[in-house]
Amino acid sequence: MTTPTIKRFAVTLTFGLILVAGLISRPKPSSPAPAAPADRLQINAAGATFPYPIYSKWFDEYHKLHPNLEINYQSIGSGGGIRQLLAGTVDFGASDMPLKDDQLSPFKVKPLHFPTVLGAVVPTYNVPGLSADLKFTQKALAGIYLGKITKWNDPAIARTNPGVKLPGDDIVVVHRSEGSGTTYIWTDFLSKADPDWEAKVGRNASVNWPVGLGGKGNEGVSGSVEQTPDSIGYVELIYAIQNHMRYGLVQNAAGVFLKADLAGVTAAAAAAAKSMPDDFRVSITNAPGKTAYPISSFTYLLIPQSFSDATKRDAIIGFLRWMLKDGQQYTEALSYAPLPKEVVAKEMKAISLIK
Amino acid sequence: MSFRNVWRKSVNIVMFSLTGLATLLTISVLFFILGYLVWYGGSSINWNFFTKLPTPVGESGGGMANAIVGSGKLLLLAALIGVPTGLLGGIYLAEFGRGTFSYLVRYTADLLNGVPSIVMGIFAYTVVVLPMHHGSALAGSLALAVMLVPIVIRSTEQFMRAVPVSLREGALALGASKWRTVATVIVPAGFRGIATGILLALARVAGETAPLIFTAGGNNFWAEGWNQPIASLPVVIYNYALSPYQDWHRQAWAAGLVLLAFVLIVTTGSRIILSLGFQSSRSG
Amino acid sequence: MATSTTTLDSTPRPGRRGRARVFIDRLRSGDQIAHLITLAFAASVFLITCLLVYELWVTSTLPRHKFGLSFLVTSVWDPVFEQFGALPFIYGTLVTSALALLIAVPLGVGAAIFLSELAPPRISDGLSFVIELLAAVPSVIYGVIGIFVMVPLLRKYVEVPLKAAFGYLPLFKGPAMGVGFLAAGVVLAVMIVPFILSISREVLLSVPVDQREAALALGATKWESTWKVVVPYARTGIMGSIFLALARALGETMAVTMVIGNNPQIAASLFAPGYSIAAVIANELAEASSEMHYQALIELGLVLFAVTIIINALARILILTTAGRGTAH
Repeated sequence: MTTPTIKRFAVTLTFGLILVAGLISRPKPSSPAPAAPADRLQINAAGATFPYPIYSKWFDEYHKLHPNLEINYQSIGSGGGIRQLLAGTVDFGASDMPLKDDQLSPFKVKPLHFPTVLGAVVPTYNVPGLSADLKFTQKALAGIYLGKITKWNDPAIARTNPGVKLPGDDIVVVHRSEGSGTTYIWTDFLSKADPDWEAKVGRNASVNWPVGLGGKGNEGVSGSVEQTPDSIGYVELIYAIQNHMRYGLVQNAAGVFLKADLAGVTAAAAAAAKSMPDDFRVSITNAPGKTAYPISSFTYLLIPQSFSDATKRDAIIGFLRWMLKDGQQYTEALSYAPLPKEVVAKEMKAISLIK
Repeated sequence: MSFRNVWRKSVNIVMFSLTGLATLLTISVLFFILGYLVWYGGSSINWNFFTKLPTPVGESGGGMANAIVGSGKLLLLAALIGVPTGLLGGIYLAEFGRGTFSYLVRYTADLLNGVPSIVMGIFAYTVVVLPMHHGSALAGSLALAVMLVPIVIRSTEQFMRAVPVSLREGALALGASKWRTVATVIVPAGFRGIATGILLALARVAGETAPLIFTAGGNNFWAEGWNQPIASLPVVIYNYALSPYQDWHRQAWAAGLVLLAFVLIVTTGSRIILSLGFQSSRSG
Repeated sequence: MATSTTTLDSTPRPGRRGRARVFIDRLRSGDQIAHLITLAFAASVFLITCLLVYELWVTSTLPRHKFGLSFLVTSVWDPVFEQFGALPFIYGTLVTSALALLIAVPLGVGAAIFLSELAPPRISDGLSFVIELLAAVPSVIYGVIGIFVMVPLLRKYVEVPLKAAFGYLPLFKGPAMGVGFLAAGVVLAVMIVPFILSISREVLLSVPVDQREAALALGATKWESTWKVVVPYARTGIMGSIFLALARALGETMAVTMVIGNNPQIAASLFAPGYSIAAVIANELAEASSEMHYQALIELGLVLFAVTIIINALARILILTTAGRGTAH
């Protein structure tokens, strides 16, 4: 026979827990549109931070059109997306860097690459008191990231920026701390720019950086640069724009100094568009042409070739089709370039490869 | 007065002034943190914050409703798993246990207590997330539950042992069996302390971020049930704080304040409970 | 009633049937069930720990076989060429924790002395209450305040002047960016000071009054009484609090990863960015690019776990050996 106190306590506790558990587990209507939770489908994806602004816009818009479908995208970096896809902990991934053959081999179900948008990587910096945007040669950027150029008023930088007063402060280099497709694009460009870089560091999602601090995600790098004077980092264009940060002009293969914009990125893709390989894996950094911005890239969704769950497969295919047609209209507002028409057509055909 | 005495008196004054300075420094830094959080967090809290889901990057007006509920869910399941384990384990250690086995249990409980939360996260990742092939609230709760158990077990044992022997002997003398004595006399007598221990443990794991990053992951929508990745306050604070968006920074402050308020309420509440005294809970 | 025989008259003598009868009796009365149930839950703690160690061990076989013990002393962390060494992370973990202790122990113990010896009881209790609340603040909040508030202040008012005055010393070489070993050490110090302070204060308060009075009666100044009699008496408890703080500092993840700069290097300069074991695991685990990379991170977790065990053991040994020599325990 238990005492009244214990009885009361046990009863209250049980009721309380049941009440709370019931309140919490019931699916809530998501805002703004009330959802019919009956066949609610949640798809998990993870990967690149480079396109995260446009992806979060897309998944939000698509959810408004299809309230039962929620695509939960976690922006953890291209390396993370690839790893999670391999481990099977997400339904599809995203990467700025096309997977090499040896990266594809561990996959039991090979992922297909679907380019989504074109973006630019810009050198963003936080140097107080500048009168104009800085112009960087390719070798200057490589030298800064190799640790050979250590001060802002180094001749390699001053030479291309006559009339701009550069401080004699140390350059604080910021790079990505985790495996990143943006890093791949940046190091791919630096490898083409400077054979010294290619030999010492190379191109990859995660490299042995000679100098610098690590920031997490495009968000972390732009946050670090924003908060640290005399710093320089590389981020996707929209991160610099949204944060009102200065970003510099980069000299392209034809010798012209260009500030990243949609026209420059589209020009860089033009040559690739005509000769796009069937699996869409291509690098467009340092593209030829006077108007081509040299640090441009496609970014990809990695969709498994076959799905065991037909509902998920159909939902993802539906999203892909929407993305290729209607989704492209949202790109320019967020400073990404839309895909060239030829690429879109090719992708539409490739969708039929998903089983 | 000899030189030596003058020296000793000066040392007295100087050293105590230094300790006073240390106190001032410590107190002011800590008060500053509280104040800063209350100030910035308070000004960022609005209705949207509590009711809306996150909006696309760069757009304002979003909120953290899913993260707040997510934290609640994670804590609930962690408590359901961890509290009974710790409670019953603590009862064992205090009442039934003898010898090397108890020593082992106590030692591993202390050890687990000191294990960094990130290692708990790895554990839950390899044991739950990988076999299940996705992150989930279940995995996150498990990681938190494993952190709860050592705290609850030790504090339960401590408060059970603090119950006066006379109560124990009285019950036994009246013919109660051991388990009845424990269940109906000792546990209620030590209940205040035990409840305090449980509440403090909950407050401690409520703020843990590292174990949740790769177990519960994150979710921009509502997570239904326990089998999906789920948003939680600490993880969202971490992601937003590192971003370059001012709106996200504001939300991170607000979330920090909410988390802090929860922790403070629980901690203060448990102290009040405890300080009300070890009166017998055998109310009529 | 004869006192020579106990109440065992009615209970069966030990013998196999006898012991079985006792067991069944106890089972019926519920004691054995209760014993078994609570035993099961207590055992689960032990089993979980074993499982934890087992998982860590088994999921790190690749790097253990490839690098062996050299893992602990190599300083390269190269996911591209699959060369992994734990040294920069061990270094970062130890340096930041040491820095934190260096700052927090004098502050914490000093403030504890002040609060226990000099401050009026009400103020002492009130302040102590607030400080203990701060021990409950989640670490991610310390991290956020760290990067938004402390790091810019540290850079502007501490690092830049230090560099200007002492920049030639290897301790202050390199650009002053705010983030780095120093920032991480300071943030950790702020986080562990409440532990040291509140526990030390409690221990100091529990020193019997007659110890103090005896010293004062012999002509000691208050400081001498405190420093030479009270504090040594409370030495065990104070050391315990320091070890607790150290354990917390070693395992701290979030606050450190936000302010340490995330660069796996061994540098003498306080201003240099570094990395700690917990921080690199948090950053890289979800996306380790290869199986070797992933398992190397797990091995780092194992290393951290081992460090925790060692510190734990050291603390116990220290407390055991210093106890009983005119101390409180």
